[in-house]
Amino acid sequence: MSTPVLRLENIGKSYREYGSEWRRFGTWVGWHSRRIKEHWVLRNVSFNVMPGEALGIVGQNGAGKSTLLKIVTGTLGATEGKVSASGRIAAILELGMGFNPDLTGRENVAHSAGLMGFSRAQIDSLMPDIEAFAEVGEYFDEPLRTYSSGMQMRVAFSLATASRPDVLIVDEALSVGDAYFVHKCFKRIRQFRDEGTTLLIVSHDKAAIQGLCDRAIMIDKGRLIADGTPQQVLDLYNALIADMENSAITQIDAGGQTATLSGTGEATIESVHLETPDQKVVDYVGVGDPIELVIRARLRHAIPCLVVGYMIRDRLGQVMYGTNTSYTNQVAANVSADDLVEVRSRFDLNLGVGTYSVSVALTSTETHLADNYEWRDLALVFTVANMGRTPFVGHAWLPPVITVACNGCVLSEASSDDGTDNACLVSGHG
Amino acid sequence: MKDMFLAVWRYRHFIISSIRNDLRSRFARSKLGAVWMILQPLAQVAIYSLVLSRIMSAKLPGIDNRYAYSLYLLSGMLAWSLFSEIVSRSITVFVDNGSLLKKIVFPRVCLPITVVGSALVNNLLLFLMTIVVFALLGHLPTLTLLWVPALMFCTIALGLGLGLLLGVLNVFVRDINQVMVVILQLWFWLTPIVYMISIVPPQLMYVMRLNPMYWIVTEYQALLVYGRAPDPMSLLPIGVSALVLLILGLLLFRRAATDMVDVL
Repeated sequence: MSTPVLRLENIGKSYREYGSEWRRFGTWVGWHSRRIKEHWVLRNVSFNVMPGEALGIVGQNGAGKSTLLKIVTGTLGATEGKVSASGRIAAILELGMGFNPDLTGRENVAHSAGLMGFSRAQIDSLMPDIEAFAEVGEYFDEPLRTYSSGMQMRVAFSLATASRPDVLIVDEALSVGDAYFVHKCFKRIRQFRDEGTTLLIVSHDKAAIQGLCDRAIMIDKGRLIADGTPQQVLDLYNALIADMENSAITQIDAGGQTATLSGTGEATIESVHLETPDQKVVDYVGVGDPIELVIRARLRHAIPCLVVGYMIRDRLGQVMYGTNTSYTNQVAANVSADDLVEVRSRFDLNLGVGTYSVSVALTSTETHLADNYEWRDLALVFTVANMGRTPFVGHAWLPPVITVACNGCVLSEASSDDGTDNACLVSGHG
Repeated sequence: MKDMFLAVWRYRHFIISSIRNDLRSRFARSKLGAVWMILQPLAQVAIYSLVLSRIMSAKLPGIDNRYAYSLYLLSGMLAWSLFSEIVSRSITVFVDNGSLLKKIVFPRVCLPITVVGSALVNNLLLFLMTIVVFALLGHLPTLTLLWVPALMFCTIALGLGLGLLLGVLNVFVRDINQVMVVILQLWFWLTPIVYMISIVPPQLMYVMRLNPMYWIVTEYQALLVYGRAPDPMSLLPIGVSALVLLILGLLLFRRAATDMVDVL
């Protein structure tokens, strides 16, 4: 076990407001003012990062992610706690900082590399690589003001990653640029990671975090609230966002009525779970496995008709499939108080690998806009894993039978629906 | 302090390239380029000479040159332009480079050093031009000119010390920059650059002596116009007080550096 390359102990950052600037000046000469308004943007954040680890940092805007990164890089001092880092830290916080539009790309690179602390000799030896990676051609010796913003970004990224740092901090910087160059950037970042660079990545792009990181933390309102695998943390992040959306929607639904946030409450969702054919409750299901979604609703008051609906969403909240008992003409009519309504929905789980959530609604018609008794997002979260099926990508499981023919002569035929690798050679060349 | 100097040494290339970029970008895309650096102060001197030479020339005793007033004006301007450029640019240097300070880790003291460096290059060019103009007007340089670096050093220390102090405070109270624009103008006229000390009423001389620039400017004039080497004993107090101001400025800068990034 090696020692952490980055160690944050109980980091806190507060911005202070003094009644008058004279009080601030007073604190420099040791005169302590009491009338200080403190505004904490980070508090009690502690974590270690090991060499070669790739850490994703997620959180909503204003959660304190960028402040945290500035404290790690050292531009911002922490109000309390201790940051210790070993090795060279490079940050891609804002690409093209300090570039001068009247200088050429080459001159700007030389100047900014000096700003990053490289010596003249190092700059000279790195320059050909930077020029080659940026791929801006003869523009490299033209003034920067003639560049497009994408070209500036290319030069800036090439410079920022010119030599492999021990810790690389990437803050949303890769959202600009054309697809080709972004791919190239990610390739370089991956390569750094494989060579032992520790990565700290802030992104709202979940795919980037899942693709690059092997650990993630979540910051919310200045506090570290989750630390785990990217999947766990991103699910929590989704839940947090969905939670906010949910309350917003139900407030709209409630319009005018004195209803609770989650619906009017005549009927409530008692439980939602997945069952295998042998009645085992699971939240981890294999692709294409037969499964039963069980929703139990308890009536609080007698209601003329109850419709139970559900939607299966992917981790981004996109609806994969949704239906309700009104569509299927199975409305439970005239149910009375304390009745328990159970809806069992049996299907093959033909979804791709990933995590999914189930939203459940208890309503009086097929839309939840008429009488919304209860609506619950993320009533159930489950994971779909590929257990023995032929590998595939995507959200849907559409098992094909594939025939490969060459000059009208069938070479092979394979079916990927039964989980065994049964590609068989029907006939060879002949 | 020691690590500050070490950091500056490590970043020497960056400082040099900053100075070069600063000078270049100031005159980028102008046809005459760097010539403007000396053309502007020379034009100013020419204007003052034209307007004031008749009034003032009678009052410049002990020098036998038709252009005596222009020489006098030029030597005062040489001192003042160095001082005022360092002060006025140091005041805004942290605010102007706010985003850099917030985003990138580098020795922050590089910024005021760059200001000094670029002002010094500027001033050296003006100094060379001054010697040429002096020679053209029939006033040939002498060996006493070797004292000029000592005077420049005092001017820089004074300007940087004051500029650092005000520059740090200006981050928190931005009015300082606005006020200083006016004060520098006033200060220029309170220093005997355009006029001679002989027209100042004797009872006001003790106020004049409180102005550190009075000492520096008069030494410049004595040296360049009269070829008189400065008296080390009169240079010492001004040099020491300039150094004290500089050290104060550096201390304040170190103390305030972390707070500064918070409010930028």
